[in-house]
Amino acid sequence: MDKLINDFSFGLFFWQALILLVLILLLVKFAWKPIMESITAREEGIKNALLSAENAKREMENLQADNQRILNEARAERDAMLKEAREMREKMIADSKNEAQEQGQKMIEQAKAAIESEKNAAMAELKLQVSTLSLSIAEKLLKEELSNKESQTKLVEKMLGDVKLN
Amino acid sequence: MVISNKPLKFILAALVACSPVMSFANSENDSTHVQIETAHEEKVISHNAPLEGEHEALDPKAKVDAFIDHHLQDSHDFVFFSDEKENKHYGFPLPVILIDGGLKIFSSSKLHHGEEVAAVDGNFYKLVHGKIYKTDAAGTITFNEHGHPENVKPLDFSITKNVVSMLFVSVLLFLMFTGLAKSYKKGPIPTGFGRVLEPLIIFIRDEIAIPNIGEKKYRKYMGYLLTVFFFIWLLNLLGMTPLGINVTGNIAITVCLAAFTFIITQFSANKEYWGHIFWMPGVPVPMKIILAPIEILGTLTKPFALLIRLYANITAGHVVIMSLIAMIFVGKNLAADLPISMGLTLFISVIEVLVAFLQAFIFTMLSSLFIGMAVQEHDHHHADENVII
Repeated sequence: MDKLINDFSFGLFFWQALILLVLILLLVKFAWKPIMESITAREEGIKNALLSAENAKREMENLQADNQRILNEARAERDAMLKEAREMREKMIADSKNEAQEQGQKMIEQAKAAIESEKNAAMAELKLQVSTLSLSIAEKLLKEELSNKESQTKLVEKMLGDVKLN
Repeated sequence: MVISNKPLKFILAALVACSPVMSFANSENDSTHVQIETAHEEKVISHNAPLEGEHEALDPKAKVDAFIDHHLQDSHDFVFFSDEKENKHYGFPLPVILIDGGLKIFSSSKLHHGEEVAAVDGNFYKLVHGKIYKTDAAGTITFNEHGHPENVKPLDFSITKNVVSMLFVSVLLFLMFTGLAKSYKKGPIPTGFGRVLEPLIIFIRDEIAIPNIGEKKYRKYMGYLLTVFFFIWLLNLLGMTPLGINVTGNIAITVCLAAFTFIITQFSANKEYWGHIFWMPGVPVPMKIILAPIEILGTLTKPFALLIRLYANITAGHVVIMSLIAMIFVGKNLAADLPISMGLTLFISVIEVLVAFLQAFIFTMLSSLFIGMAVQEHDHHHADENVII
């Protein structure tokens, strides 16, 4: 301890204090401040760059997810539309089939009715024609027969003969 | 009663800051002076004899001891090597500045490495064991019973070898780091030597300043911590060169460095810090009274530990290396001693390079720890304990 105290030189202490103080002040002004600012600014920049990269990545992912979703939606929509169209087509076919059938049925029925009425009319005409014809035949026959006494009698005889048979 | 916080803090800090300096400066003169009053007359002759015959009479071991002693101390001239036979020293003298009834400035070549008396303006000065004493024309030096000279010591503000070394290191630091600062203007990444320096700065910031002082307040102390770290480290490394410089192993240097840390710590201390020193919260009143002086003493022991640690480590390193080299001169068999001596010296030198960094690191680390303890907010006690451990 005695040696330590003896070694202590006040002059050296003074110079050291002066030099250190001036050195600290000079270095702070000309070195540490700009250096620390540059380092901090650079680290800040790196941090920001990383952050923005991360954000961009997240955004990209979001975008991709969005795209996927939109694609899926579009696909689903397309499927739905196709399905709808198919259903509609089937329905239309079925409808038209039904309608056609109905129409056909109706037409058939109408035709049938027409045929029936035509037939009836034809029959009535025929009957009329037949009756007229038979009347004219009968008239002619009667005229013929009446003009010929012999045959008249034959007829009467014959008719009488028929009646007998009944 | 309201007392403004700032002046009170200032006065306290100034008082406490001065105390270690005072104790060092005072005790040497007072304590020795009283003891030797009666004895010194006889001692004059007996102690003068070996001093004069120093160069011839000493055996190798004593000579090595004297050489190591001389190396560890500051000196008034820059001597690279000496020719013993012709008693010549190769180097250059440095200015001596004394305050002795006015400013006395002269070249240290006048002192002739303690062999002659320098006459300046009618006053006579002589160099004894690296210190300048006032003497008479004949150069009489009286010694006390401890072997210390009794003559009046004028205030010595000489530009000594250590001052020159510090100036050199300061200029080097300034050039290095302004260069780095300039290189940032060209781009975000430094070029050249700055690439070596920048990781060290980031290391100091991330491993020392931020963990100890805290993210919020560290920026204010970075200037001091960085300066001190590189200053100590470079001086330690300079001590490893064969220039024979031992700056950080000088007690005045480490006292000054520790005083800086101490003053910065006291001036940046917040209310909680003083509260913990003078009126420890959370303990009973009698304990508070007992703890206060212990805590006050604790503020002084911290810088004391700093200054002793650096001084002792560097001095020990120098002593060990010089002793190992001295084996060559003390031993009889050169062929056997040389490889052993060189091998061990190389081994210790490698360790010393590590120690040079380590001591600079530890000094900076502890400084930031003390500053951190003074500025941190005390609302989280558990965190504090972790830091102290």
